[in-house]
Amino acid sequence: MSAIDENHLHADPGIDGHHPHHPATAAAAGPMQRERARTIFQKGSPGRRAFVCPPLDVPMPDAEELLPKRFRREQPPRLPEVSEPEIVRHYVGISKRNFDLDSGFYPLGSCTMKHNPRLHERAAALPGHARLHPLQDPERAQGALELMFNLQGALAEISGLPHVSLQPSAGSHGELAGVLLTRAYHEDRGETRHKVLTPDTAHGTNPATVTMAGLEVVKLATNPDGGIDLDDLRAKADSDVACLMLTNPNTLGLFDPNIEEIAAIVHGVGATLYYDGANLNAVMGLSRPGDMGFDIVHFNLHKSFTQPHGGGGPGSGPIAVSERIAPFLPRPVVARDGDGSFALDFDREPGSKSIGRLRGFHGNYGCFVRSYAYICSLGADGLKDASEVAVLNANYLLARLREKGVAEHLPLAYGELCMHEFVLSGGPMKRALKIKTLDLAKRLLDFGFHPPTVYFPLLVDEALMIEPTETETKETLDAFADAIAQILAEAAADPEIALGAPYSTPVRRLDEVAAAKRPVIRQALD
Amino acid sequence: MLAAIGVSSVQEIFERQIPEGVRLGRELDLPQGLSEQEVFAHLSQLAARNVSAEDELSFLGAGMYDHYVPALIDMLMERSEFLTPYTPYQPEISQGGLQVMFEYQTAISELTGLPVSNASTYEGPSAVAAAAYLAKLHNSKRRLVISAGLHPHTIETLRTLAHGYGMEVVLVALTTCSAGAAPGSTGGVTDPDAWAGAIDDDTSAAIFAQPNFYGAVEDAAALSAAAKDAGEPVVIAQVDPITLGILQPPGACGVDVAVGEGQPLGNRLDFGGPSFGFFAAREEYLRRMPGRIAGETVDVDGRRGFVLTLQTREQHIRREKATSNICTAQALNALAGVVYLAWLGRRGIVELGELLLSRTHYAREQLAALAGVEKLHEQSVVREFALRLDADVAAVRGRCLAQGVNPGVDVQALSGRDEDRGVLLVAITERRSRADIDRLAEVLGAAVASERQAVPA
Repeated sequence: MSAIDENHLHADPGIDGHHPHHPATAAAAGPMQRERARTIFQKGSPGRRAFVCPPLDVPMPDAEELLPKRFRREQPPRLPEVSEPEIVRHYVGISKRNFDLDSGFYPLGSCTMKHNPRLHERAAALPGHARLHPLQDPERAQGALELMFNLQGALAEISGLPHVSLQPSAGSHGELAGVLLTRAYHEDRGETRHKVLTPDTAHGTNPATVTMAGLEVVKLATNPDGGIDLDDLRAKADSDVACLMLTNPNTLGLFDPNIEEIAAIVHGVGATLYYDGANLNAVMGLSRPGDMGFDIVHFNLHKSFTQPHGGGGPGSGPIAVSERIAPFLPRPVVARDGDGSFALDFDREPGSKSIGRLRGFHGNYGCFVRSYAYICSLGADGLKDASEVAVLNANYLLARLREKGVAEHLPLAYGELCMHEFVLSGGPMKRALKIKTLDLAKRLLDFGFHPPTVYFPLLVDEALMIEPTETETKETLDAFADAIAQILAEAAADPEIALGAPYSTPVRRLDEVAAAKRPVIRQALD
Repeated sequence: MLAAIGVSSVQEIFERQIPEGVRLGRELDLPQGLSEQEVFAHLSQLAARNVSAEDELSFLGAGMYDHYVPALIDMLMERSEFLTPYTPYQPEISQGGLQVMFEYQTAISELTGLPVSNASTYEGPSAVAAAAYLAKLHNSKRRLVISAGLHPHTIETLRTLAHGYGMEVVLVALTTCSAGAAPGSTGGVTDPDAWAGAIDDDTSAAIFAQPNFYGAVEDAAALSAAAKDAGEPVVIAQVDPITLGILQPPGACGVDVAVGEGQPLGNRLDFGGPSFGFFAAREEYLRRMPGRIAGETVDVDGRRGFVLTLQTREQHIRREKATSNICTAQALNALAGVVYLAWLGRRGIVELGELLLSRTHYAREQLAALAGVEKLHEQSVVREFALRLDADVAAVRGRCLAQGVNPGVDVQALSGRDEDRGVLLVAITERRSRADIDRLAEVLGAAVASERQAVPA
């Protein structure tokens, strides 16, 4: 079978003997490439429909009495007019234009693309969970509250911080909660502190959050080993610092060996220490943020705890905090009463110090079901195994990429070993082979792999950030390493191949500049 | 693998990187792992201890509603291709997700009558707070004037985040609902005089809900016009999307930014989440919008394609200068939203709206005819309405629950406000038939009568 006739987003390459397209033979477009994208709004026909309305079984009063004309919509919204089979075929069709974790390796750094067990979907879909109204009386939602209570407890144990709020909707929402908690803590002590320290390796959400919480970002330098520059920290840590936000292991995949000293410096000036939990998958059951000296941590249930990423959400970003931060937690939290029943604790007493709500209801419960199922499946030993294998896999892949033929073009940016992810620099590749990290990433698409995170962290030239996770096999890691080596060899012979990639995807490189210059962000309708 | 790495054990990898002082050195104090069938049994047992909308005749609403979710949504949301990818950073292999975002944006734009929509925010109340932040970025003013008709969770969320933004929240009361008010009385909506009076030159945004928390349809056009006469605020409406087949769209009412809770559009109750928040605005706010936006473009061969666009607004590019910190939002839930809207279609959204309007009207008249029960206000209602009971709401609800009927939300228990004492909020979705409503009337009437007998006024 000729590979040219297929758009193989979903091959598991290198294992089943799949060979990537070569541009010389890729001139003939694949079937998906011949198909022009049409939206659901461009399909159907006037009067066509899927929905059948239940019958009107009550008296129909005067229209004006129901709703005065001035409040009535004059023209219906121009929604599609399509049949159910058309809807199904449309969305199944465009779904095939997605690459996904169930189909292939997805080593996107800092995103923890680990397997999403289908058990979790089945459990979350049980009507007792899925059709439970958030304002059901607590005594009639005891199963849900028990689940949340148990999840709070498990996250407290994993983080080493005893008090948990499940409310934030995603990691960045958890960060916002954390910075607001820090602010409330200082304000309660009669102090107004303006600055938040973030290393230059931080996720973009950290500085963006600080601004939204009304504080000011002060950047910390990275030392030659990839950790926090302690001299810079000492120079900048003063009584106007509210907090240091840190990811550990950081976005270079390195555990900061000076973490105890960093905590001492930060606490020494009365500031708090915030843990961005994006990289928690490296240390579950092995090292705990609370024991490192952190006051506040957020979890990404969609990273470490297998909530499927959904193409960009939903996520969930619970936070855990130390005793001194606990009075300020968002409410409600789930508490266990003396009789063993579970209740929502709103802390509405006068003098409550809670920062208040961050959203409606109790958080993304559907995500709690999935992550709780995951924790139950793995248990104490399994969580530790998961982190150990994640780190083993990352180091093995790193070792494979330090072989001759690759390492001279893509050197490890910092360190020797790594935790759950590592960062290579494409700088030498760009100079010697005339292809950039972006070109390498695009060529990987032809090999059926999702590329790593690229151009982050910012302090690494032409960065490639690779996180394989624990759920990948050695065979997959080898296939990926082989593909990288092959692309580099190919580029040495002819850089044009990578520069023109990808060839086999439903669309090829897209003009992002034009998209931003004259934004077209909805379907034009007649 | 160890040999390739050059270590003798996995432990060595950790010992060489994590200082001894912060290694855990013991097993986590958690139960041991379970088999798949044991975990499923445990999760099933927990589910069985919840009373869901499957198990009782439920009239609960107040922000999330038991609408029917068509089967095709379950099927599409469980497809690996939608369920398991990350945010579409590599557009060449993410055209499916990006096109869904583009279609979703189109649907939200049509629904709200506003030209630009993002690809989703977290959920309703935080979407309102995100809109308030947009207003702050837009005009740098300090005050948020908000209607007391907003959902209590929205008001609480705004207060939490406004403190961070450095903004002041000013609450505008609703017009008084005097007991036994005559039909056509003005009670139960945002007080137009107080609204206009509260808005000044330092007002960044003016925010109301449509319909409001107590179910009343607000005069959105009048509120927008009054706000713009009184100052230059960004006018923000928190809108219930299921009403937009029949209610004037916010874009036609002078609203600048329309946001809201997307759960009624094809999403499950899920005890409160995940769902999605929608966020639509006038063109001039496009470059200050939070979150992902998909845009149309072409590839090198001229094929139509979609990309994440205007990314210079976003945290991963602009960092501390970003217009929002949002990263992961609610892509999968937004997919359910756009599939639901396609399933309803151009006519269906109107037909469904008319059905809700008629049944809700019927339910309100039936219940308000009961002894000891009256309407909280006389305004038009679409899918939800508030009643005032001449009896203790908790006790009345208890009696109804014992009969398998959940009559609605005890508003004071939700809001904590004294003025909400005695108020019951009743939601009617298309899943509640006339027979269901009649059953509610029977059970509620008996419960109120019993309570009034038990505790003579």
